[in-house]
Amino acid sequence: MPPIDAEILARLQFAFTVAFHILFPTLTIGLAGFLVFFEAKHLQTGEEIWLRLYKFWVKIFALTFGMGVVSGIVLSYQFGTNWAEWSRITGPVLGPLIGFEVLTAFFLEAGFLGVMLFGWDKVGPRLHFLATTLVAIGTAISAFWILSANSWMQTPQGATFIDGHYVVDDWLAVIFNPSFPYRFLHMTTASYLTTTVVIAGVSAFHLLANNKREIAARAFSVAMWALLVLAPLQIFLGDQHGLNTLEHQPMKIAAMEGNWETQSHAPFHIFAIPDQKAQTNHLELSIPWGSSLILKHSPSGVVPGLNEVPMEDQPPVGIVFWSFRVMVGIGFLFLALGAWGAWARWRGQLTESKWLSRFAVVMSPAGFVATLAGWFVTEVGRQPWTVYGALRTADSISPTVTGASVATTLVLFLIVYGGLFGAYLYYLMKLIRRGPDALTVKETEEKPEAIRGARPGLVVPAE
Amino acid sequence: METLAIISGAVIGAAILMYVVLDGFDLGVGILFPFAPDEKARDTMINSVAPVWDGNETWLVLGGGGLLVFFPTAYSIALPAFYLPIMAMLFALIFRGVTFEFRHSAHTSIHLWNRSFFWGSLVAAFAQGVLLGALVQGVHVEDLRYAGGMFDWLSPFSILTGIGVVAGYGLLGATWVIYKTEGEIQDWARRAAIVLGGGTMIAMAAVSIMTPLMRPMIADRWFGGINLVYFAPVPLLTGALAVWLFYSILSRRELAPFLSSVGLFVLGFLGLAISLYPNIIPPSVPVWDVVAPRSSVTFALIGVAIVLPMVLIYTVYAYSVFHGKASAGGGYAHHEHE
Repeated sequence: MPPIDAEILARLQFAFTVAFHILFPTLTIGLAGFLVFFEAKHLQTGEEIWLRLYKFWVKIFALTFGMGVVSGIVLSYQFGTNWAEWSRITGPVLGPLIGFEVLTAFFLEAGFLGVMLFGWDKVGPRLHFLATTLVAIGTAISAFWILSANSWMQTPQGATFIDGHYVVDDWLAVIFNPSFPYRFLHMTTASYLTTTVVIAGVSAFHLLANNKREIAARAFSVAMWALLVLAPLQIFLGDQHGLNTLEHQPMKIAAMEGNWETQSHAPFHIFAIPDQKAQTNHLELSIPWGSSLILKHSPSGVVPGLNEVPMEDQPPVGIVFWSFRVMVGIGFLFLALGAWGAWARWRGQLTESKWLSRFAVVMSPAGFVATLAGWFVTEVGRQPWTVYGALRTADSISPTVTGASVATTLVLFLIVYGGLFGAYLYYLMKLIRRGPDALTVKETEEKPEAIRGARPGLVVPAE
Repeated sequence: METLAIISGAVIGAAILMYVVLDGFDLGVGILFPFAPDEKARDTMINSVAPVWDGNETWLVLGGGGLLVFFPTAYSIALPAFYLPIMAMLFALIFRGVTFEFRHSAHTSIHLWNRSFFWGSLVAAFAQGVLLGALVQGVHVEDLRYAGGMFDWLSPFSILTGIGVVAGYGLLGATWVIYKTEGEIQDWARRAAIVLGGGTMIAMAAVSIMTPLMRPMIADRWFGGINLVYFAPVPLLTGALAVWLFYSILSRRELAPFLSSVGLFVLGFLGLAISLYPNIIPPSVPVWDVVAPRSSVTFALIGVAIVLPMVLIYTVYAYSVFHGKASAGGGYAHHEHE
């Protein structure tokens, strides 16, 4: 058996590299959809304003996509370097799902990203739009496969454990495992919601700075409409996902609720300090019956408690409990922002209200925090298992890899990713501060034919 | 199941070969970066690979992912065995990959990103060569699990293959630059291609001599019985291609040097496959011992049969959109615009 420190270090390393990675696809999945929308509107109306929006956001897309690619390649190898036993045991199930992601999504994205970024003067406007659309479809297909793989580990079915590894009996059962539809919808909506708030925040920043007001106002309006739909939708999807988790991973729910005893009339703790050693909470501030009402829709509903399983089978409660509250809190702040936007629009103040714009600017990175918090809930909440109820995390790591090697590479990841993130933010802020290019032509004179010869800022020849 | 195992092995091999050739030339462009005549040449060089590098690197993910798909046990042996060189490769690829966007946005820090592009490409190529050598020299496996230490991969032979791959990728990069540029840069790339072509030839010869000496099984594969007659075309064609490479560079052909470099890689790869077959982890793990269960292999192979031809078609399309000479102005020129 490997020493325990190698396991903790491998878990820390994976948590860090996967959390770092997910930030970038979260933005690119959503942004790809918005780019399709901007380009479609431009093709349809010929208005230059949509083209300016496209060309501004496509730069941010490219910067972010590159970060996603390089941090994603690390993951596809880290499965094997640090988690050799997991690879050997679950490879027959998860390998093909990841393989299909590469085949149907990564190649599609990579193949047409070049056309999307550099093809403006090489292909016609319709073909360019097709490239944008295919990249957007690629991002969604990618999410489909990887979330299917993740969900199978949470709610495994369709495979039998034979001779030291899984053998698949039914691929449809594997792909469409019980938690997959919920996780897929919850995560893709999280991507769109995060992107929506980023676009709202950046546009609000330009509105406040009086920088290319007309373009910023258009984007702000689009984002606030999207937010009005997505924020309540996400709360509904989250609730449904939670009910699904209650059915399949009750201990994760118990940790989210901070509920130690199986009980009816279970309260919802707004605040508490879970104490795993003592198997209790300190300083509880609770809504009576709240947990039973949310999870069972009845005050007498019985909610599972953590003490149903021995302590070594419980997830770390504190992280799950608090991550859940951060995610939900931000979700409701998004709902508030959307509602405020609708009210301001109704009063004709959408782009005039300085306080609304300031709120949007402050909220702009919050989607990333909520997404990460959500992943903490689902990933820490399924501990101590990599395959829920079947394969322990401790039995998943590479037996021969030493703690020293994992520690060394972990420190390197911290330094390298830290530096890269700094550079990314620096160049991102540079792009955001500059904003979209100013409108050159009066809207009424702009003709759709003019698109063809137009060159994006990205490929203007350098002097 | 044996047939399925061999087909699966061929799919992985094809993915790795695609990767080596495609990312080989853009890593090669990175290796040549600091030696380019000027900043404008560097802009041209980076623009010549900017629209395609991401697709090229995806073949590496297919190679790694494919190993997990078809041979999960081999994946679980190889990755811990090659832990440190793989990590070095991944870190290097990160620095190489982010350069495209960062260098383009950079103003004063352009030299920093030039260095990141060079070192990223160089270390990635070297690490891949080390991986090749470490695989050929053999991996200590017990009970289908890696049973060696963290530094088993390190040997004079793996260092040699590391240097060989750096030279080989450099050659691919230089001949790609010949194809995609004109004038002063092209002349410079021709000179670089001759030097790197020589280096590649020496490395290939050294590896071809050392491998059979190191492993009697491989010597027997090539020289046992009448095998040499069957396999003789591989070294003979390699020699002919080497001649064509230098001739085409000196006679100022534009595409032929790149094609003959690619041909050299294909033949080198074929030679390697002859040496190692049927082992996926030499010297003792054949493909059929570690192939995934039938349900996984058939499912994945159906996917490969349907999707891979489509991938190849639009990859060719994507390359064709950016056919012709690259310029310093478009794409990822580093200068501030507007």
